[in-house]
Amino acid sequence: MRGQPSLCEVLTPLNLAEALALLAAHPEARPLAGGTDLMVPFAAGRLPDRLFLNLWDLEELRGIVVTDGEVTLGALTLFREIAAHPLLQREFPNLVRSAMVTGALAIQSRGSLGGNIANGSPAADTPPSLLAYGAELELTSLRGSRWVPYADFHTGYKRSLLAPDELITRIRLSRMGEGGFHYFRKVGTRQAQAIAKVSLAAWARVADGRIQDLRLALGSVAPMPIRAKGTERILQGQAIRNLPLDAALAALQADISPIDDLRSSAAFRRKVAGNLLVDMLRGLAPT
Amino acid sequence: MTTQKILLKLTVNGEARQALVHPMSRLLDVIREDFCLTGTKEGCGEGECGACSVILDGSLVNACLVPAIQAQGSTMRTVEGLAGVDLSPLQQAFLHHGGAQCGFCTPGMLVAGTYLLETDAVQDEDRAREGLSGNLCRCTGYVKIVDALLAAREGRP
Ligand SMILES: Cc1cc2nc3c(=O)[nH]c(=O)nc-3n(C[C@H](O)[C@H](O)[C@H](O)COP(=O)(O)OP(=O)(O)OC[C@H]3O[C@@H](n4cnc5c(N)ncnc54)[C@H](O)[C@@H]3O)c2cc1C
Ligand code: FES
Ligand code: FES
Repeated sequence: MRGQPSLCEVLTPLNLAEALALLAAHPEARPLAGGTDLMVPFAAGRLPDRLFLNLWDLEELRGIVVTDGEVTLGALTLFREIAAHPLLQREFPNLVRSAMVTGALAIQSRGSLGGNIANGSPAADTPPSLLAYGAELELTSLRGSRWVPYADFHTGYKRSLLAPDELITRIRLSRMGEGGFHYFRKVGTRQAQAIAKVSLAAWARVADGRIQDLRLALGSVAPMPIRAKGTERILQGQAIRNLPLDAALAALQADISPIDDLRSSAAFRRKVAGNLLVDMLRGLAPT
Repeated sequence: MTTQKILLKLTVNGEARQALVHPMSRLLDVIREDFCLTGTKEGCGEGECGACSVILDGSLVNACLVPAIQAQGSTMRTVEGLAGVDLSPLQQAFLHHGGAQCGFCTPGMLVAGTYLLETDAVQDEDRAREGLSGNLCRCTGYVKIVDALLAAREGRP
């Protein structure tokens, strides 16, 4: 079956206040950002929604704001804008790299950061980087807005803290200065536009030869993008010349719960996740 | 019961055009069926192949993924708008290098290639290939397409 545009209605608010009021009145309306996720099942007749809330014109959801301590990105920030942002390139290179491997140019011109998060795919490319940077999300409804740690946002496969009347409005990153250790790697079938089989992002600070801070996150190895907290605990505080590699690898296997699907097998994903951890640690402690 | 159509107005290849369409219709269908500009092709309908590439308000997009309502008031260029009196240098380079075989990917390749040239994103072969990675060709093996793009960039045939 094909999509049926003739049965669909679209609400197009001109500002955020109007959008929130419409969503409060019609919580069944499906937010529509760049459409790069939604239009595929829609056109194939696989999307049940008949009412959409068009976010594309909401200026309040656009733009990247930098202050001394933080960078705040509107939910409608496009991958192309992230990739081209000089400060993000310097201080949040994982986010930039993950935006640059999200589809090809035409996808990066329409796909938004908020859409990538809200879509809730365990294989999405920016979530591991956002987790590694300790991002926070602003969720807003007519009732008000709240900031939540992104690490708490996904609660299961395609499930999240987002209430039906809420939108993701902003994404906030604390600036950690330059000089930290940043690692991002996506393993897919081919270079361009392939969905990740496994991806790993890490941010760490090393001082006095020890890992002082570490955040490690993975995609495609669990029902949702995850932090590998057990692995982080094993590595935290350790001397980089003498890292407990076996213990870290064992902890990683306990942190993840990959499945067999069309793109890959659970066993392969476990193997690749381990290899990526080794690769990451090699970068952290070059011999 | 069908829902209300909207009057979609946009500038297409320099001309003001309008059509009465459903807001969730794909821009691709509006281009082909309402504007009768059939140069823009549908390959996959899923954003993978780039056959439907158009330049919308200065961005390269897949028209199969854009709901009509999000094109309201915009300025669009399709493959029909690339040539002036003569073929564009990129189109000429495609002819010279044999960049088209069956031709199905060619409109998308030309639109994406034009975008890459205009945004100065074709510094070398790697960049050219990366820039075209959203455009699939089942015939040429890409070498002649990339050659054509690099030739057009350097202003040679
Ligand atoms: C060919 C192709 C290749 C792709 N490659 C990749 C890839 O390599 N990596 C990757 O991660 N993704 C990829 N994607 C998926 C997609 O491009 C991204 O997930 C993108 O970020 C979606 O953003 P959007 O603005 O287009 O979202 P939309 O499609 O508009 O929306 C996606 C979902 O998010 C919801 N939503 C959007 N914005 C908000 C908001 N502000 N508040 C609440 N809910 C919201 C929508 O209701 C919907 O459920 C690809 C898609 C295609 C078609
Ligand atoms: S038809 Fe639009 S990308 Fe294939
Ligand atoms: S020439 Fe046939 S698909 Fe490219």
